[in-house]
Amino acid sequence: MIEIKNLKTSVDDKEILKGLNLSIGKGEVHAIMGPNGSGKSTLSYALAGKEGYNVSGEIKFNKTNLLELNAEQRAQEGVFLAFQYPIEIPGVFTNNFLRTSLNSVRKANGKPELNAIEFLKIVKEKSKELNIDAEMLARPLNVGFSGGEKKRNEILQMSLLEPSFIIMDETDSGLDIDALKVVSNGVNSLRDPDRSFLIITHYQRLLNYIKPDFVHVLSDGKIVKTGDWKLALELENEGYGQFIN
Amino acid sequence: MDARQQEIEKLKDYKYGFSTDIDNTRAPKGLSEEVIKFISNIKKEPKWMLDWRLKAFERLKQSKEPNWQKPKYPKIDYQDLYYYSAPKSMDDKPKSLDELDPKLLETYKKLGIPLQEQAKLNGIAVDAVFDSVSVATTFKEELNKKGIIFCSMSEAILEHPELVKKYLGTVIPLSDHYFATLNSAVFTDGSFVYIPENVKCPMELSTYFRINDPETGQFERTLIIADKGSYVSYLEGCTAPMRDENQLHAANVELIALDDAEIKYSTVQNWYPGDKDGKGGIYNFVTKRGLCKGKNSKISWTQVETGSAITWKYPSCILQGDNSQGEFYSVAITNNYQKADTGTKMIHLGKNTRSKIISKGISAGHADNTYRGMVSIHPKATGAKNYTQCDSLLVGNKCGAHTIPYIENKNASSEIEHEATTSKISEDQLFYCRQRGLNQEEAVSLIVNGFCKEVLQQLPMEFAVEAQKLVGISLEGSVG
Repeated sequence: MIEIKNLKTSVDDKEILKGLNLSIGKGEVHAIMGPNGSGKSTLSYALAGKEGYNVSGEIKFNKTNLLELNAEQRAQEGVFLAFQYPIEIPGVFTNNFLRTSLNSVRKANGKPELNAIEFLKIVKEKSKELNIDAEMLARPLNVGFSGGEKKRNEILQMSLLEPSFIIMDETDSGLDIDALKVVSNGVNSLRDPDRSFLIITHYQRLLNYIKPDFVHVLSDGKIVKTGDWKLALELENEGYGQFIN
Repeated sequence: MDARQQEIEKLKDYKYGFSTDIDNTRAPKGLSEEVIKFISNIKKEPKWMLDWRLKAFERLKQSKEPNWQKPKYPKIDYQDLYYYSAPKSMDDKPKSLDELDPKLLETYKKLGIPLQEQAKLNGIAVDAVFDSVSVATTFKEELNKKGIIFCSMSEAILEHPELVKKYLGTVIPLSDHYFATLNSAVFTDGSFVYIPENVKCPMELSTYFRINDPETGQFERTLIIADKGSYVSYLEGCTAPMRDENQLHAANVELIALDDAEIKYSTVQNWYPGDKDGKGGIYNFVTKRGLCKGKNSKISWTQVETGSAITWKYPSCILQGDNSQGEFYSVAITNNYQKADTGTKMIHLGKNTRSKIISKGISAGHADNTYRGMVSIHPKATGAKNYTQCDSLLVGNKCGAHTIPYIENKNASSEIEHEATTSKISEDQLFYCRQRGLNQEEAVSLIVNGFCKEVLQQLPMEFAVEAQKLVGISLEGSVG
């Protein structure tokens, strides 16, 4: 489903990803772990289409090359990035943002747009399922949200947009144990034979709750080791030292 | 691209940019006593009105065009303008919409103001001003039943001279400043509103100003009087065809609120802003001033300024009555090469007077946006309070935003608060929106609408939605 070949990215002539290869099948959950500065966040931005990077190589998503699409087209195709630091937009109510987002994606896929009432019904159902307090919807997007609320909001958006490829960029950072449970329950409830996940994380902790099919170690812009979920435990005990030259 | 396609492309940007081909009656070109007499004569004005105009003209000869504003413009040749232009069919004023020239009806329909249908809808009464004349006013009779007078200024001069004489020029005197004095000499039409004592006007009143004829200046004059204990909400909208030359629009608007009365005045200004390179567009040099004459009176200005090559205006409140209140809510958007120098003056004269200023300036492209405001607390204004908040938002890195607040305080018991911020739409905000499927323009529109929300929610419901769309459209092509 996702086929990343020889992916290289650089910013201002500094190479960050140095020929990354990764293949993710339908319904699979892959975790990428790695030390600071190994290129984890850059990988998520390159996949989501953030501007400002020189990118070469290939990212095949179903039959399209994602590198030929801009950020919103990728989102409309079903690529979702859960941000490490979700962005604040003052004055824009969360429910208005979510509806605009959902309708943009629906429109691009030839589905009718939802009016405020139809939307409210769906969003209430989803937040109930995810155990998220819908009160957050009436506040400006991410403004004054706690770290946990921001991440819950990301999970809610993920569940609304029903993407087929989800990238989670260190979603677990800064979460207390309750928020971590809400986030991982959300992810687990969205696991589906037609949906793939790429979970980028620093720590093995999250992987106690979301059990990945594969674990990769990213170091200096390349994947240096691949294994099953036990690799995460190994890393937790022994650190990344063995992979860093 | 052939010429027709180009025209269509242009219209996509500014959909009100068409012009109506219509026979006009014009005054002789230029500014002179003869032209003023021509205007007064064609309107069959009484002598006192002509005398008033001529007095203003004498004053104008001694007065000098101001030059302290930030946006500079090439010298205007006042002898190269037409001061009166009206559709020929208006020479004998049609008595009803059915008698109105179909071309005029068609024009307003294209502008989204179908007068005939509007006349059947409840909720909004419209006065439609086309170049120098009011062509139609809807709902007049219904309003008359409540004693409300809503008509064109020309009609008010003939039908209600006692009210016009009593109030005209009491808020903006003849001698005020160059453009206000020019307007007093040559004003052509505009709206007149009188709300009698203790009447709450049951519908929104609105005026739609349209400049059509080239080389013509529009000098309208609006006078709104809210008698004791009354309430009125009034809205004006403006558009003009796209032309390469600049056109002058110098209006005077006077509001008077007596004891316990409230006037809410909203503007959605969408004059032609000029093209992407800054060619053409309207010079919008307008004087708007409200007098809170009575105790407990309130005047509230809300403006959404998206059009014009240069916007230069300060809708102000003179808070004379004790406990009176003034409010100013403003969104000024400048894109491409547009310039704005706008803000307000709050003059506190009475005891316990309060004022509130919320200004949101948005600058994109190569545009330049200045907030200039004055809060003046006079010695007798014991207990006066002001709160000012000025926020600027920059889109891109070639535009400018400036905030110039003046504060004069002559009473130690007053409270004045001023807050100001300047921010930029960040790449991260745009990326976040786009990652959620919004395109660049939708993202900018959403972020900017969020930024101006406090002001937009002051608009009457029917216009808030339009204004939100307009905010998005005005900034199209500003990023990326």
